[in-house]
Amino acid sequence: MQPFTLIEGIAAPLPAANVDTDVIMPKQFLKGVDRSGLKEGAFAALRYGPDGTPRADFVLNRDPWRAASFLVVGENFGCGSSREHAVWGLSQNGIRALIGTSFAGIFFDNCARNGLLAITLPQEDVARLLARVGDPETCRIVIDLPHQTITAAGLSLSFEIEPTRKDALVRGLDAIGTTLQARDDIAAFETAYLKGNPWLA
Amino acid sequence: MIAAEAGRAESGTVAKTLYDKLVDAHTVRRLDADGRQVLLYIDRTVLNEYTSPQAFTGLREAGRPLWRAKAALGTVDHVNSTASARTARMPDDDAQRQAVYFAENCRDFGIELFDVLHPQQGIEHVVMPEIGLVLPGLVIAAGDSHTTTYGAFGTLGFGIGTSDIEHYLATQTLVYQRLKSLRVTVSGALGPGVRAKDIVMALIRDIGASGATGSAVEFAGEAISALSMEGRMTLCNMAVECGARGALIAPDETVFAYLKDRPRAPKGALWELAVSRWRQLASDADAVFDREVAINAAAIAPMVTWGTSPDQAAPVGGQVPDPACEADPDRRRDMERALAYMGLAPGTRLEEIAIQRAFIGSCTNARIEDLRDAASVVRGRTVAPGVRAMVVPGSSAVKRQAEDEGLDRIFADAGFEWRQSGCSMCLAMNDDVLGAGERCASSTNRNFEGRQGAGGRTHLMSPAMVAAAALAGRICDPRPFLGEK
Ligand code: SF4
Repeated sequence: MQPFTLIEGIAAPLPAANVDTDVIMPKQFLKGVDRSGLKEGAFAALRYGPDGTPRADFVLNRDPWRAASFLVVGENFGCGSSREHAVWGLSQNGIRALIGTSFAGIFFDNCARNGLLAITLPQEDVARLLARVGDPETCRIVIDLPHQTITAAGLSLSFEIEPTRKDALVRGLDAIGTTLQARDDIAAFETAYLKGNPWLA
Repeated sequence: MIAAEAGRAESGTVAKTLYDKLVDAHTVRRLDADGRQVLLYIDRTVLNEYTSPQAFTGLREAGRPLWRAKAALGTVDHVNSTASARTARMPDDDAQRQAVYFAENCRDFGIELFDVLHPQQGIEHVVMPEIGLVLPGLVIAAGDSHTTTYGAFGTLGFGIGTSDIEHYLATQTLVYQRLKSLRVTVSGALGPGVRAKDIVMALIRDIGASGATGSAVEFAGEAISALSMEGRMTLCNMAVECGARGALIAPDETVFAYLKDRPRAPKGALWELAVSRWRQLASDADAVFDREVAINAAAIAPMVTWGTSPDQAAPVGGQVPDPACEADPDRRRDMERALAYMGLAPGTRLEEIAIQRAFIGSCTNARIEDLRDAASVVRGRTVAPGVRAMVVPGSSAVKRQAEDEGLDRIFADAGFEWRQSGCSMCLAMNDDVLGAGERCASSTNRNFEGRQGAGGRTHLMSPAMVAAAALAGRICDPRPFLGEK
C-alpha cells in the first residue's frame, strides 16, 4: 500500500449528499475478476454522456480539477453496496484523499485498506473548504497526515483520525501481514472459543 | 461519562448491550489503549462471484492459505440468469468468467460451493439462514452490505469490502472499530396489512439515509417480538440503508423454533446446550445506548419511496413532496434532482403513479412468507394490461417450497413470470434489467439512480404492495386486497 504522508494537490468539489457506490462505480464495471478498467468506470454516468463523450458540466472533466488528487464531498458519501471497486476506481484516477462530513461505514473501511485517506470534518469546515476548492485560483490544498492538518488558501484546519488507522496509512502497512504476526494469539483464541462453543467446532 | 455511570449495575460491573457482549466475546486482542479498535474473530462468511475474485487473486499472489476453509460458503447469485430453463452458462462472457473463476477458487481453496445448478443455490442472505448456518451469538462478515440480515438471529452481521474478505480468509479475523449503539424500540402492534418492510422504511424516512451511520442498531419492543423470522430478516437487512453497520434482535423462542432441525444447525445434546446459552444473549436491562429512537407501530402505514434514496419515502396515501417547501438548500437540490430523475411532479398523489414493471425478489423480500403474502393479494386476479410482473424466489429452496404450496400457479395464472433464484433485478447485473424511463414497483432495498437499469425508476415497497401495484397498474394500498381485520 502506498504510504500517505504530506501531499499537495488539487481538490475538486463534489457536494451532493448520499453519493452511493452505484454512482461511484456503476455495475457494468463490476464484471471483471481483477482491478482493470475501473479508471474509466469511476463516476461513468456523471462523467460521460450516453454516446461516450465527456460531459462538460462534470467537475472532473474540467480544468484544473481533471488533475484532482482530492475530492471534497457531501454527506454520507459512499453509501450503498460494499463494492470495493468504487475505491479502486477513485485510486486509479489519482484520488488520494476524500474530505466530507460523513462517510458510509464499509466504504470508509475500504478506503483505509487501499491507502485512500477519508477525512471527516464538521459541516462548517467542509463548507469553508468547498468555497475555496470551487475556485480555480484557490483549489490547491495540502494534506499533512502525520500532523493531521489541511491547508488551503488562508485556511488551516486540523482533523481527527484513529491512531491505528493513521499509523497504517502513514506507513503503508500490509494489513494481513501485520495481523499474521499475531497468528499465535488467533490460534489460541480459536481453540478456547471452539471449546467453549462446541456446536461450532 | 454520565452514560457509563448510569450503566453501572448493582454488582459494580458495567451493564452491557448485546452488541458489546458479542464484540467482547470475539475479541482476540485489543489494538489500541481503550479497546475501541480490536482484532475481531469472525465465525463465518459467505462469498459471491463478484466481490470475491480479487481477494482470491491476492491470496494466490502472496501464497497464503485459508485459515479455516470450512467457515466459508460460496454461492453464485449476483450475475446468473433467472430464466426458468437455465444452464450452467452465465448470460454474458464477463459473468461467465466470474462464475468460472469463483468455482476455481472454491475448488482450489476447499470451499463448499452452491453453483448455479445446485439445489441449494440462492441469494447469499437467503441461503445462509435457511440452511441453518446463521446461529445466535455469531459474528459473520461477508462481502455484501446486506449481511446485516443476520441480526434477526442475534448474530452480528456486517458487510466488508474485498480487501477485508482477503484479510478474513487468511486470518479468520478483521481489524474492527467498535460502533456506537442505537436502540430502536417499536412499541405496540402493527395495523392490519402493515409489514416489517414498512417499519424499516418508516425508520429510514425518519432518521435519514445516514441516520445510523457508525452505529449498530438493536431493535426492541412488542412489534419486533411479534415479527416472524422472515419479517425480522427484512428489518435487519434494510437497516443498512440508514447506515447501520450491524442490526441486532435478541434471540427468542421464534429464533430457536426457526432453527431447530435446519440442516446445518446443531443437533441433539449440542442443540440443547446451544439453546441454553443463546437464551442468555440479550442486552442487560440497565444497559445504556448512545442513542434511542422510539416508534409507535400503530402509526405506521404501508410505505413507498418516491425518490432515489431510501429515505425519500412516504405513506402510500401521501403525495410527492414539493422541494420548494424544503428549507435546507442542499436537501432541496437533492429532491429536485430525484424528482427530475423519477419523472414526478410535486403534489402528485402516490396512488396515481402508473407502473410498467413489478418485481418481487431480493434478499430483502423473497422468502417464503413474502411470496405467500404477495400470493394472497394476487389469488384469482390478473396483472393489469401493459405491466410486466415477475417473481424471483430468494433461493432454489424457497422456489421449491412455493411450488409445493401451489404459489407458482397463483402467480402464473395472474400473469406473473415465475423465475429461478438470484439477485436478478435487485441490482440488474444479469439480464433482468429495467429500460430507461420504465417505472417499477419493487420489493427490493435500493432505489438509487440506475440501480435496476440505466434510467429505470424504482419505487420500493413491501411484496404485498408490489403485488397490488401489479394488479392495479399503479402504486396502490395493499390493505384492501389483504382483507385483514
Ligand atoms: S438481492 Fe440485491 S441486495 Fe441482496 S445480495 Fe443480491 S444484489 Fe445485494
